[in-house]
Amino acid sequence: MIKIKNLKASIEDKDILKGIDLDIPKGEVHVIMGRNGSGKSTLANVIAGNEAYEVDGGTIEMNGDDITEMSIENRALQGLFLCFQYPVAIPGVSMAYFLRAALNAKNKHDGKEEMDAVEFLTSAKKILSELGLDDSFLKRSINDGFSGGEKKKSEILQLLMLNPQLAVLDETDSGLDVDALRTVAKGVNEFKNDNNSVLIITHYQRLLEYIKPDVVHIMIDGKIVKSGDMTLVHEVEKNGYAWLAK
Amino acid sequence: MVDKNQQIIDSTLDQEYKYGFTTDIEQTTFEPGLNEEVITKLSKLKKEPQWLLDWRLKAYESWKKMEEPTWAQVDYTPVDYQALSYYSAPKYKKNDSLDDVDPDIIETYNKLGISLNEQKRLEGVAVDAVFDSVSVATTFKEELSKHGVIFCSFSEAVINHPELVKKYLGSVIPRTDNYFAALNSAVFSDGSFVYIPKGVRCPMELSTYFRINAANTGQFERTLIIADEGSHVSYLEGCTAPMRDENQLHAACVELVAHKDATIKYSTIQNWYSGDKEGKGGIYNFVTKRGKCVGDRSKISWTQVETGSAVTWKYPSVIMQGDDSVGEFYSVAVTKNKQQADTGTKMIHIGKNTKSTIISKGISAGEGQNTYRGGVKILKNAENARNFSQCDSILIGDKCGAHTFPYIDVKNPTAKMEHEATTSSIGEDQLFYCNQRGINLDDAVSMIVNGFCKEVFAELPMEFAVEAKQLIEVTLENSVG
Repeated sequence: MIKIKNLKASIEDKDILKGIDLDIPKGEVHVIMGRNGSGKSTLANVIAGNEAYEVDGGTIEMNGDDITEMSIENRALQGLFLCFQYPVAIPGVSMAYFLRAALNAKNKHDGKEEMDAVEFLTSAKKILSELGLDDSFLKRSINDGFSGGEKKKSEILQLLMLNPQLAVLDETDSGLDVDALRTVAKGVNEFKNDNNSVLIITHYQRLLEYIKPDVVHIMIDGKIVKSGDMTLVHEVEKNGYAWLAK
Repeated sequence: MVDKNQQIIDSTLDQEYKYGFTTDIEQTTFEPGLNEEVITKLSKLKKEPQWLLDWRLKAYESWKKMEEPTWAQVDYTPVDYQALSYYSAPKYKKNDSLDDVDPDIIETYNKLGISLNEQKRLEGVAVDAVFDSVSVATTFKEELSKHGVIFCSFSEAVINHPELVKKYLGSVIPRTDNYFAALNSAVFSDGSFVYIPKGVRCPMELSTYFRINAANTGQFERTLIIADEGSHVSYLEGCTAPMRDENQLHAACVELVAHKDATIKYSTIQNWYSGDKEGKGGIYNFVTKRGKCVGDRSKISWTQVETGSAVTWKYPSVIMQGDDSVGEFYSVAVTKNKQQADTGTKMIHIGKNTKSTIISKGISAGEGQNTYRGGVKILKNAENARNFSQCDSILIGDKCGAHTFPYIDVKNPTAKMEHEATTSSIGEDQLFYCNQRGINLDDAVSMIVNGFCKEVFAELPMEFAVEAKQLIEVTLENSVG
């Protein structure tokens, strides 16, 4: 699904990613754990094409295509979705309007018909109720005055509606209470199937009680220093990251 | 990245102005220059009564002694008032029948998307079409007259309804009110006149479409709308002009009078030619608009979407004289390239329990400068007056500017005032968010800007809200990289 080779990136001349190699095959869930400032969120942003970061080397391939130089929206249209850590508010633009615009952009790109309003509402309402959100959520300005939990649920709603091939979850678990965390995890599990992939970025293991990863990577100072299975998570939980740093 | 965005901002914003064509038509045009003779000739040509000529001449006398205002935050080449022609009209006679309108003029309006053919016109909208100095056609007059509604050109009103014109002309904007109002009072050539009788809810939207065609002429129209007791009217004006290298002056006056329990809703979509990228050409839009809530519980609401003109100087205002009367001002002003807008409102509270709302949205792109200037005045007897003002500005790129000048004058201690102001840029983070969902830059910008303007667009009549939204989209296309 996605293959990252020796990826290096910086912001304002500060090197953040110092040679990342990552290969997530179809149908797998990978986790990147690491302390604050290790470069995890930078990786998520660079994968999505955020132009605030400079790519200094390496390649990102998605389904065999090199997307390293591709525009943000084209990556999205190819099936890349970023669950934002801090989704930004757009006052006056309703959730429904925004979601339909995104869906229609995707459908147009895929050569499909625009989704009609009834179809849209039916599927949106179904997902809303699963997330414990009221239908009126669709009428609210996107992320404007949303609580922390609502913001993350809104991201999951979009994830489920847009049904991408690769979902990158950037600290989606931060700032959530247990109930909201469960709801979000349920949404991610519902999304997951044999034909898509998930990359979870976190510095807690608590989300991993609900979503079982296939591979766990530990990131320290812009590099992946160790990869393994769930036992790695428990080791980090017990011993911290220090023993991995060299 | 910033550099890249800036480059794209610089290299764009030159969206072609769709309405910049000229109609080649025979016109009667006065020689340039302004003096008593010109005014007398104009008045005679229009077969005006003596009192109106006297009124014009008095206005001219005052104007000569006045100085052009310089307090606005705008910078422009001064107008040579003697180099302008004060009258230009197509050479044909206006008849009651729409069939007699010159086909070239009909075609001009068709190109502007305004059909003067009643069958083809948007259902429920009557149009008065003003071409340079004169009204060339008014639709649905018969239909409206069944309800007692008078909707005609100003010139016709002077002939057919002199008592109404005499009573109300200058009753809201005195002829010495300000420099441009005095000039307009002296030389106004045409415009629209509306009278809604007692208790009548005007059965359709009324609109005037102003078109400047002739070169080197000024357009000085005058609109007067009177809503008698308990009546209701919604009125819309639209404006376009050819693309020319010279600046052209448009100095209009609009007076609204709302009697007891009457409501007037006045909407403007102003899209005069704004000049080219370098700031050459474009319309000087120096307009005085004011409404007076004469009666108790009356309401006057201004909504404007200002996207055109090189320089805009305009403050649609409401005098709330009647008790419990309401004044509203909803504005979206867009400046791009080198456009300058100094616009806002004045809310004057005289009666008790009067209430005013000001929602102003300024959008600046390119090197545009956008100024909100608004005054709220609460007089001594205005018990329990309330005002809410909200002025938001959005900046696109880093070469434009937004300025806010609120003036507040409260003489009654029971007044309640709220003022909110924000300035923000369209954030890289907002654009990134939209792009990440597969929405391209143009769509993202128009979505963000439309969201920003939502409260104002919601005030426009439905058909025009769509038009306004599209206009903003076209205006701002490619404005962000």
